[in-house]
Amino acid sequence: MTNTTDTSTTDAKPGFVGGAANYLDERLSVSAVLKGFGRKVFPDHWSFMLGEVALYSFVILVLSGTFLTFFYQPSMAEVEYNGSYAPLKGAQMSIAYASSLDISFDIRGGLIMRQVHHWAALLFVAAAGLHMLRVFFTGAFRKPRELNWVVGFLLFLMGMGAGFTGYSLPDDLLSGNGLRIIDGMIKGIPVIGTAFSSGFFGGEFPGTEVVARLYSLHIMILPALIIVLIGVHLMMVIIHKHTHYSGPGRTDDNVVGYPLMPVYVAKAGGFFFLVFGVVAAIAATFTINPIWNYGPYDPSPVSAGTQPDWYIGWLDGALRLAPSGWDISIFGYVIPMGVMVPLIVSLLFLALVAAYPFIENWVTKDKREHHVLDRPRNAPTRTAIGAAGVTFYAVLWAGASTDLIATNFQMSLNQVLVAMQIMLLVGPGIAYFVTKRACIALQNKDREVVLHGRETGRVVRLPHGEYIEVHETVDKYELWKLIDYKDYQPVLARPDSNGKISLSNRLRSAVSKIYFEDRIAPVSKAEYELAHADHAPEAVEEKPTRKRKSIDA
Amino acid sequence: MRRRPWAAGLVVFLGLVLSGGGYATATNIVQAEAGSPVQVEEGRKLFLANCASCHGTNGEGAIGGPSLIGVGAASVDFQVGTGRMPGQGSGPQLRAKPVQFTQEQISAMAAYVASLAPGPAIPDEEYLRGDGDATHGGELFRINCAMCHNAVGAGGALTEGKFAPALAGSTPKHTYEAMVTGPQNMPVFNDANLTPEDKKDIITYLKYIEDNDSVAGFELGSIGPVAEGLFTWIFGLGFIIAITVWLGAKSN
Repeated sequence: MTNTTDTSTTDAKPGFVGGAANYLDERLSVSAVLKGFGRKVFPDHWSFMLGEVALYSFVILVLSGTFLTFFYQPSMAEVEYNGSYAPLKGAQMSIAYASSLDISFDIRGGLIMRQVHHWAALLFVAAAGLHMLRVFFTGAFRKPRELNWVVGFLLFLMGMGAGFTGYSLPDDLLSGNGLRIIDGMIKGIPVIGTAFSSGFFGGEFPGTEVVARLYSLHIMILPALIIVLIGVHLMMVIIHKHTHYSGPGRTDDNVVGYPLMPVYVAKAGGFFFLVFGVVAAIAATFTINPIWNYGPYDPSPVSAGTQPDWYIGWLDGALRLAPSGWDISIFGYVIPMGVMVPLIVSLLFLALVAAYPFIENWVTKDKREHHVLDRPRNAPTRTAIGAAGVTFYAVLWAGASTDLIATNFQMSLNQVLVAMQIMLLVGPGIAYFVTKRACIALQNKDREVVLHGRETGRVVRLPHGEYIEVHETVDKYELWKLIDYKDYQPVLARPDSNGKISLSNRLRSAVSKIYFEDRIAPVSKAEYELAHADHAPEAVEEKPTRKRKSIDA
Repeated sequence: MRRRPWAAGLVVFLGLVLSGGGYATATNIVQAEAGSPVQVEEGRKLFLANCASCHGTNGEGAIGGPSLIGVGAASVDFQVGTGRMPGQGSGPQLRAKPVQFTQEQISAMAAYVASLAPGPAIPDEEYLRGDGDATHGGELFRINCAMCHNAVGAGGALTEGKFAPALAGSTPKHTYEAMVTGPQNMPVFNDANLTPEDKKDIITYLKYIEDNDSVAGFELGSIGPVAEGLFTWIFGLGFIIAITVWLGAKSN
């Protein structure tokens, strides 16, 4: 603030903006809110903006979706199409499909809005997923943020639900096929399935009601839930304050970054328009869900290459990869395991994802608050578990496109399926092992860099003839990154006051051993000082001490 | 009444003659015009030189290939005209490759094979112009063809390495011939199943989607949500991450 503006507020009459601001402030005490809120500090890192991308995609979805609701009609009544798309002229179709075609061909700006909406939907779930992975691999879900992890997880589920209900609205062949699969899955659930399906579809599939019901879910219930959950999610971010990566002066008791006002508001506002710009550019250039290609829904045809949108892909993959011939028959009622196995496996997977923060906390028994993030390598077991989970998900996801993989890479569909089934079982194990070893190796490397400096590749001959490679000591900023992590130790199962070791204690000790048996301790102050005591250029290669099987004895 | 022993045989014989003859007239598979004797002889020579090692010297079939008796001119015109024949290598399915013969030679071979026994003929030009009813054709295509060839003919997978090829670039004549002869793993759609008018409509639909680019921008191969999902992750999110890195970078 300059001196001239200072005097103007006291002496001269305030301008329109100043007057309006003053009017609002006197009535709503905006400045008090802004003062507190505006001083919220956010640390700068690209990976902290992924959740923001999801948020902005959601804003884009609301804006473009509102436009679409003006023209879309969720009715399954039959009409004859008389719009602009020639190869469907005169075809019988539902009003829902006809109005979607009208949006695409006859309403000004309708097609770009549809494409913006659909691309933004794919981006929304993708950005949310990537944000979740960032939170997982940096350990940002630890106390006090476990509940926010669960809220985020629910948001991801709601995103999937909102996406799927939207995918089903145009009532074209593709969306109808997708709904038919859902119908089959519901009907496959023993005892309640059939009744539930006819309740949902209002009779036998496809019925005449499901589109209207999906529409209510898609434009009211799910968006409302998403908005509420986003509110809770962001409130918790404010309550907990943001996490930050380790560095000099960054501790579990502070946040180092820029204040919300004005730096972050400007940055975030600009970022919103960049995301919008990217989505708009993609929507203007690339076709998405060309519903006119698929034709009106009719329960008899199924097109080759029928797939759900990407975020439902892993569930479709689970259905495809489930082996046939496992069905069991109880009193003449068949339990279709081809449906039940994928359903149970995917629900278990989701439950594990939701519960992970609590599982890890149970293992570490760590009651402290964590605001400094982990580098993934410094939590080798967590990172390995994450890699195994990503692999499991990725194989299921790829499983949804077995047919496209087979045709595009000229392979046998059956063999692709078998290969994926094997990958699903073996892949996560391999990913776990490789990731854990890689993390530990990287930690070893970090230790060496801290103790002996970085290899410079500069080889020097000393006066007495000895050759050494010059090592460069890392600076303070780098050093913090390399040594600032907690070294957990395996927890021993100890007898309680009655002298007994409970089963859960034994289990915890076993899991703890898996987590922390193999570990690399961060460089201690003493070690560091010893290594740097006589600091001539370091030439001796020392194997770092590696604590292994430390609880045996 | 006492039945004569040959009466049952006579009934069966009459039944066979009537149904067989009725089928032949109803499905109209008799070739409309036979090739001239000169053309047939020319075709026979080409056949002996290029096809007989697998299909037998009289087209009766051999170890390497099936009998060609009754496959008709349309079959030869399709298989040789798209380069699938003469076959190359063995695998789940023969692929289209550069055509090995001139149209004149192909027609001669087709005339020769057609002379062996009646079979589907090369279609009339009137069914190939693409001036039928695209809406009806699209509906028929979705019901009869899309489950293998995809809703816009982008192709799809079958079992054990077999596949339904993409239809873009296939000429109306070859499309018609494929429907009427059912090459390789494709079922036959004879004239009782899809009338010539229906086939004409399907060809009209395919011609429309091939001639008219997507109004909505690049099509990403028309293979549906998988391509869209990959695009979102690789290019959409990739580009946005590049922006976040740019925004998160410390200013110099």
